[in-house]
Amino acid sequence: MTASNGYSVEVEKLVKRFGDFTAVDRISFQTRSGEVFGFLGPNGSGKSTTIRILCGLLHPTSGRAIVAGYDVVESPELIRRNIGYMSQKFSLYADLTVFENLRFYAGMYGVPAAELRGRIDWALEMAGLRGRESSLTGTLAGGWKQRLALGCAVLHRPPILFLDEPTSGVDPLSRRLFWELIQQMSSEGVTIFVTTHYMDEAEYCNRLALMNGGKLIALGTPTELKLGSIQGSLLLLECDRLGDAIERVRRLDNVRDVAVFGNALHLVVSDAAIAPTIRAALESYGILVTGLRVIRPSLEDAFVALTTRHGADDASELSP
Amino acid sequence: MIERLRQILLKEFIHLFRDKQARFSLIVPPLLQMLIFGYAASYEVNRVSTAVLDFDHSQESRDFLERISASSRFQVREVLQNESQIPSLLDHRRVVLVLQIQPGFAELLRKGQTAPIQAVLDGTDSNTALIAVEYINQIAARFAQDYQLQLADRTRPTLATFAPNIELQERPWYNANLESRWFFVPGVIGTLVLVSVLQLTSFAVVREREIGTLEQLMVTPISPTELIVGKTLPFLIVGLANVVFVGILGSYWFEVPFRGNILVLLLGTTLFLSSALGVGLLISTVSQTQQQAFAISFFYITPAIMLSGFGYPIGSMPTTLQYLTNLDPLRFFLVVLRGTFIKGVGLSVLWPQMIAMAILGAATLTIATLRFHKTLD
Repeated sequence: MTASNGYSVEVEKLVKRFGDFTAVDRISFQTRSGEVFGFLGPNGSGKSTTIRILCGLLHPTSGRAIVAGYDVVESPELIRRNIGYMSQKFSLYADLTVFENLRFYAGMYGVPAAELRGRIDWALEMAGLRGRESSLTGTLAGGWKQRLALGCAVLHRPPILFLDEPTSGVDPLSRRLFWELIQQMSSEGVTIFVTTHYMDEAEYCNRLALMNGGKLIALGTPTELKLGSIQGSLLLLECDRLGDAIERVRRLDNVRDVAVFGNALHLVVSDAAIAPTIRAALESYGILVTGLRVIRPSLEDAFVALTTRHGADDASELSP
Repeated sequence: MIERLRQILLKEFIHLFRDKQARFSLIVPPLLQMLIFGYAASYEVNRVSTAVLDFDHSQESRDFLERISASSRFQVREVLQNESQIPSLLDHRRVVLVLQIQPGFAELLRKGQTAPIQAVLDGTDSNTALIAVEYINQIAARFAQDYQLQLADRTRPTLATFAPNIELQERPWYNANLESRWFFVPGVIGTLVLVSVLQLTSFAVVREREIGTLEQLMVTPISPTELIVGKTLPFLIVGLANVVFVGILGSYWFEVPFRGNILVLLLGTTLFLSSALGVGLLISTVSQTQQQAFAISFFYITPAIMLSGFGYPIGSMPTTLQYLTNLDPLRFFLVVLRGTFIKGVGLSVLWPQMIAMAILGAATLTIATLRFHKTLD
């Protein structure tokens, strides 16, 4: 099922334009079998477009994409037998029962009659819907719908699974349950390609690709991204009058970036040794500093740092 | 392949029949529309509201107006005294027709000359006005003939027996009483089934696009042909059932005869519906929402009915429009419907219509299939 070189998805200089708008801009990456590969980025950054190209739903403008060893342009039908896809909307038929939805998708994927009962039982078990086979799908709560949609998408045991924001609109407990299922499938060798904008979910991924404005701006394990994104040190500043503090801190030398995180500030500085200087400067303006210490950057810090740096790069490219 | 088709058909039938509202909208509106159309659609003009203004006050003028009021075609509502009353009566639609007899009407007749009668009509509804004039003409001609005979009888009794005359003997075939309902009921069946199948088909695809299941279906190994057959076959069956039910209502309730072969009608319906399904699919390929599909299907349905010969004879249209009617499958289906219901003719007569519908059906379904890609762009 997987290409001989061990990659389940290979993308090379992929471009997708809609008229003048470039949704995906020359991105390249590979995913290994059994990997949980996360696609992270703001809305409109090109994540869903990329997934749709990989599923054969959209034609790429240029570049190449190989999924399960097949080219997306040349043999989309062969790819469809080897992938599962779950869109943001958990596309189920509300007027069909749980069983009827599973039976329908099993039919569409050509699950053999001998395996049918077993696969449907497995999906019911996984989704926690045993005993509710004859409930109308429209009456289910979000978490159940989501797990049923996942069940429908993997009835044919695809080696590659594409999940486009699978947890949007689902309660935290269901999200956790869902990710346990993802981890389990990954341990069974299924490659999972998932888009999200929840940072805590991104932590579950083996590798992350960060997208912004159609471009792939960073790629690596969550730890690599956190460490590599910030040049210098990260300080957590707790103080009163946050608005004033931001203004004052920005004007200091050696402070590269300031961002609000909850009711505190994260400062990117060239050297952690300047912390006392910062404290002194703020106190001289009458701002009460209750805490100032070095912290390890979170994914969110990395995300903010990488997207702003990327934005600045763009600006410098444009200036003559 | 067969399993996929079986599953998608099963699913479509669940969509059609599970919901109480869906079941209702499948059965009740066509029957209700048949009832309304059956009663309302008619060319016959009866009980035309009439006012009379007789300035002559003679035996002859009274005799003429009596014939008018004795006819079931006219209903004399007002007897006027002067002309100034006329405009207000027509403006308010109190009457459609005013018959005015000038002084000297009887005198002219007695002298053997032509005597005028003035008919003032509300021409807004030109069709009714035309037919009313035709009826007045008939009554006036009859009156004149009787008057001549009486006059001859009194003055030259010997000659009267030699008065030459022509009598028209009407023998309308297929519809001896010229019931316009017999013309309309088969037409209504055609338009009803067109509207319902066109909208069912286009909505079925667009609804899946709206809820996102179409995208989900596209990533399964289902082939475009399987998807299209699965999405059209249920509505073909619904359309055939519609024709049968509405047809039964037409022939039992409205007593429109069904003289032909039901199999010929069902074959014609199947060929006709292949075009309706093709157009429905085409509409679904260009619509993102059900509202759009509704608006676009409306743009198709109105000219399709206008050009079909449903109410307006194709022979009276300008030549260019007449050519255009050949692209309208409903035009051919109406010939098949009227042929099987009223005339009782079979394939030996209706084959050109069958072939025309087969060609149009194949063309629309092919275009729809080509346009119906399994991709989003």
